[in-house]
Amino acid sequence: MFCDVCQSKEATVFLTQIIEGKMQKVNLCETCSKEKGVNDPTGFALADLLLGLGAAQEIEKNPAGARCPVCGFSQADFKKTGRLGCSACYDTFAEGLSGMLKNMHRGSIHVGKVPAKLAASRRRGQELAVLQGDLEKAVREEHFEEAASLRDQIHRLEVEATVEAAEAAASGKSDEASAASRVTELAAGEAEPVAPKPRKKS
Amino acid sequence: MKLSRIIANTGEWLSGAGPHDQIVVSSRVRLARNLKGKPFPGWAKKAERVAVLEEIRGAVEGLPEMSESFSERLEDLSPLEKQVLVERHLISREHAAKGAGSAVVMNTAQTLSFMINEEDHLRMQAIRAGLQLDEVYKMINQTDTELEDSLDFAFHNDLGYLTACPTNVGTGMRASAMMHLPGLVMSEQVNKIINSVNKIGLAVRGLHGEGTEAMGNLFQVSNQTTLGEAEEEIIGRLNRVIFQILEHEQNARQVLLQQRPETLLDQIGRAYGILCHAHSITSKEALNLLSFIKMGVDLGLFPSRCRLQVDELFIETQPAHLQKGLHAVKLGAEERDSLRAALIRAKLKQMPEPEIGKIPTNGNPGATTNTSGTTTPSEES
Repeated sequence: MFCDVCQSKEATVFLTQIIEGKMQKVNLCETCSKEKGVNDPTGFALADLLLGLGAAQEIEKNPAGARCPVCGFSQADFKKTGRLGCSACYDTFAEGLSGMLKNMHRGSIHVGKVPAKLAASRRRGQELAVLQGDLEKAVREEHFEEAASLRDQIHRLEVEATVEAAEAAASGKSDEASAASRVTELAAGEAEPVAPKPRKKS
Repeated sequence: MKLSRIIANTGEWLSGAGPHDQIVVSSRVRLARNLKGKPFPGWAKKAERVAVLEEIRGAVEGLPEMSESFSERLEDLSPLEKQVLVERHLISREHAAKGAGSAVVMNTAQTLSFMINEEDHLRMQAIRAGLQLDEVYKMINQTDTELEDSLDFAFHNDLGYLTACPTNVGTGMRASAMMHLPGLVMSEQVNKIINSVNKIGLAVRGLHGEGTEAMGNLFQVSNQTTLGEAEEEIIGRLNRVIFQILEHEQNARQVLLQQRPETLLDQIGRAYGILCHAHSITSKEALNLLSFIKMGVDLGLFPSRCRLQVDELFIETQPAHLQKGLHAVKLGAEERDSLRAALIRAKLKQMPEPEIGKIPTNGNPGATTNTSGTTTPSEES
């Protein structure tokens, strides 16, 4: 077993700490345990080691220098302010945030209110996820008849989503009604800077 | 509508009535929302903030419940006016510090207020007197639903409503009750209560929320987590804890009455004496003494017609409220202290002395029978 901190030496110090009813374990090598002050019980908190000194350091799990492609916000900015730059940051820094959110909240999935116009697509998204899981299982277990029926159901839901997206786009409304529409939107957004702009001829 | 006209009247939450309003001063629920695809206010450029402001402000002003409302950009409010709104809990201290690109909208009853471009694009709150978190949530939830028609809120399939700070993500909801707990403070139980409430994921804070001191024995109890539970569940949990604190406060008062009536009467009498005769008083001292007068009204030592007067003094003696009628230059601390003392003397003159004989010592009727006062609030599972 390797040390959790340096990941290179054999772990020889095994620590268990209970914080707010949650048990956390960490394995350290000789050098790292001294460095982290494990021998000094007052100066050592497992939570600090696991979560960084503040929750903000957690986000550093992302590749160094990562920036949100939408708003340009970086992890250093988060460390400084404790606030994120835009809604897309939640996806950009998802990996680092997930542990932090788990510690901060009572769960990691929202179960409360959903905006009415998103409710249908959200429900469909959840259904799709379940069906896809079932499909994989059916294929793995060679229940092909069941798999075919699942595949049809998935297809039906996907068509529904596309139709709804088209309707939303046609009505000129913001096309966030479905995942499919988000894809179109993204594609359009990406295409924009590449598209040739009319230029004045000198 | 002019701000001066709105603040001439105390808000509904202060003058109105609600369940358990002797101990639970007010109930408040705020929702944090952001517009889809726009950077959060702290990261947005000024032009982006202004565009968001215009979009949200238009939508909010168009709400049916906001037909009679006050709406102003923060840069057009004087520091004094902003401070008045903070003292009334209609905007946060953080919002008051904002300038260009932020705005506040509220209805005339001061039950609904909207902070545009605070930490999030939109923070809307409903506040009512007494303990009625369910009703207050219904109010703000309806407003939120109406706004959905015209605004596209940032919403994540797993994480719910997205907010600038990860601590608000999910429901974006902070529900809180302002509680007046002199009995628990006097009997030195309040820290124990605060600690046990903190342990179950709820927060107890001072008068103006996070990082503020508890003055006038006023405490804010609120939820700390916003993800993983539905709004109604959070409020239900909070309600149960508030009821327990309420019960503990009532018990603490009864125990004080039975075991240390002299101490209790002494405190109330001294508070009355100082407030009636002081010529210079800080807002902190005033609040702490007014707290005893308020408890005196609860215990029947002062006629109940005095209740509103006393409650109003809690707000009227705050620094900005003291000066709101004056168009003169901002007062210094000493001038404020003497002005405050004069205001309190004038108001208390209309109040009779505490009627010591009325104190319901020994075998008091109608009191809660459980006087152990030692159990701490725990959560029913």
